[in-house]
Amino acid sequence: MRTVLDFEKPIAELDANIEALKRLTAEQGIDKSEEIAALERDRERLLREIFRNLTPWDRTLLARHPQRPYTLDYIRAIFDDFVELHGDRQFGDDGAIVGGMAWLEEKPVMVIGQQKGRDLKERQKRNFGMAKPEGYRKALRLMQLAEKFGRPVVTFVDTPAADPGVESEGRGISEAIARNLREMILLKVPIVSVIIGEGGSGGALGIAVADRVLMQEYAIYSVIPPEGCAAIIWRDPKRAPEAAEALKLTAHDALRFGVVDEVIEEPLGGAHRDPLRAAHIVKEALLRHLPPLQKLSVSKLRESRYERYRRLGMWRLAIE
Amino acid sequence: MRKGWFGRQNAAQKVVLEEMNDAWVKCNGCQQILFARDFERNLKVCPRCGHHHRLSARERIALLADPDTFVERDAEIVSDDPLGFPEYADKLQKGRSNSGLPEAIVSGTCTLSGIPIVLAVMDFAFMGGSMGSAVGEKVARAMEHALEQRLPIVICSTSGGARMQEGLLSLMQMAKTCAAAARLHEAAVPYVSVLTDPTMAGVLASYASVGDVVIAEPGALVGFAGQRVAQQAQVVKPPPNFQTAEFQLEHGMVDLIVPRKELKYTLHKVLRFFVGG
Repeated sequence: MRTVLDFEKPIAELDANIEALKRLTAEQGIDKSEEIAALERDRERLLREIFRNLTPWDRTLLARHPQRPYTLDYIRAIFDDFVELHGDRQFGDDGAIVGGMAWLEEKPVMVIGQQKGRDLKERQKRNFGMAKPEGYRKALRLMQLAEKFGRPVVTFVDTPAADPGVESEGRGISEAIARNLREMILLKVPIVSVIIGEGGSGGALGIAVADRVLMQEYAIYSVIPPEGCAAIIWRDPKRAPEAAEALKLTAHDALRFGVVDEVIEEPLGGAHRDPLRAAHIVKEALLRHLPPLQKLSVSKLRESRYERYRRLGMWRLAIE
Repeated sequence: MRKGWFGRQNAAQKVVLEEMNDAWVKCNGCQQILFARDFERNLKVCPRCGHHHRLSARERIALLADPDTFVERDAEIVSDDPLGFPEYADKLQKGRSNSGLPEAIVSGTCTLSGIPIVLAVMDFAFMGGSMGSAVGEKVARAMEHALEQRLPIVICSTSGGARMQEGLLSLMQMAKTCAAAARLHEAAVPYVSVLTDPTMAGVLASYASVGDVVIAEPGALVGFAGQRVAQQAQVVKPPPNFQTAEFQLEHGMVDLIVPRKELKYTLHKVLRFFVGG
């Protein structure tokens, strides 16, 4: 079942009409190519118009779109010879974070990311992309393995939040995230993070401390989900669209605040309409950002990563 | 905040009833009515049930710093409203009047039983001790000062987490404070994190958890997900002590739980291990 968001409905209707005309052509040999071409032009115009006027809430829904490409889709489309590595060597293996060795155009990289599921069974296995302590510890283990052999790290961020369960609390979810934040600052190899869907608070940041943070056009990055924010300010989760507006969670906001370094364009209508094209654009960005970072000395690399985070924030000096 | 019986000025002019109100407090733990003077003298710990009530930043500094040694730093760094977030300006105003502080953390230098340290203390009365850009900046500066001077640093946290009203910029303070902590870690400058009621979410999942030694106060709420989220999310039934200092100790997440009366003495022993000898 394809999911169609409310604002995508006019496009879905046009798609159905185009499909019907194509079927007519195929089944009855009636040439409808001119009408099809006209409808396709309408469709593109409509797409452009709708996507030019997306609200932050529309973008939130797009970031969570069930057909949106996930980490493993990007890994398959962008890298060669992926060898998945499992487990944190302390407790277990977390399905919500995947990682392993891969090749990016003849160059070895460690690739790590949060993974959501497509169907009910996989969603459970992936815990809806909500990583547990063992997930963050696996991620750190793989990063430090990459560091040992001088391989750069690429992470894909896509999570509603870290797992809030009793067991995660008991195994130290806060400690696991905090340790990653500290250790990623110290890592001696380049890190590039790409926010590909939901950048959900500390759960996202736990694998997103990097030399370059890139963010797809329709991804979101937020300190709290809009629903939770609305519940706190207005005691009404249904006011999430207003909260999404207030939280400034879009890619362009993140760029303006210096939290991300580049907004990665998506195919017209969003990554889910053309996953391969979306992956191609991400790959191009990775190929642009990684080589200059690999040329830096370890001390320069770590110094500029420190500075990148050290300057984030906006405060003022009180007038005495 | 309640003042001691003898601390009041013009006490004779006050209505007797008001004096009565000031003389008694109710324990949040056992609900018993306590004589305020005993309560204050016992460092706001209930003499009957041992419940540790919250301390303001000033009270905790008075508890830990040797008399007249605390010199505040970075007091002029305060919150802005970078997102133009609904009601944030009012909340900041309220936070200032509730706490009597310009921001949710007070930082500076002092001596603790003679050991020179950097001390930073959060205050829950200022917007739930939440961490926005100003708090993050003050934590980072305190750590950088500790690094430059090679002084041990003690941070006492009390916080609901990252400050929602500054959006992503608050989230980034988690990375910023951990970046500063990373430098302390590499340079082997001692960092002791004290978790007081409550230490939650974005603060627990950042600098508060990466101390060389992590100390908690008895009964303090210490956890990742807010109570509401945590309750909704539970598949497994939470134990009665879920998200308390005792739960975290049992699960290996804090080094020790120290009653308030012994906190300064214990900190001294811990710091002396690092810098003495």
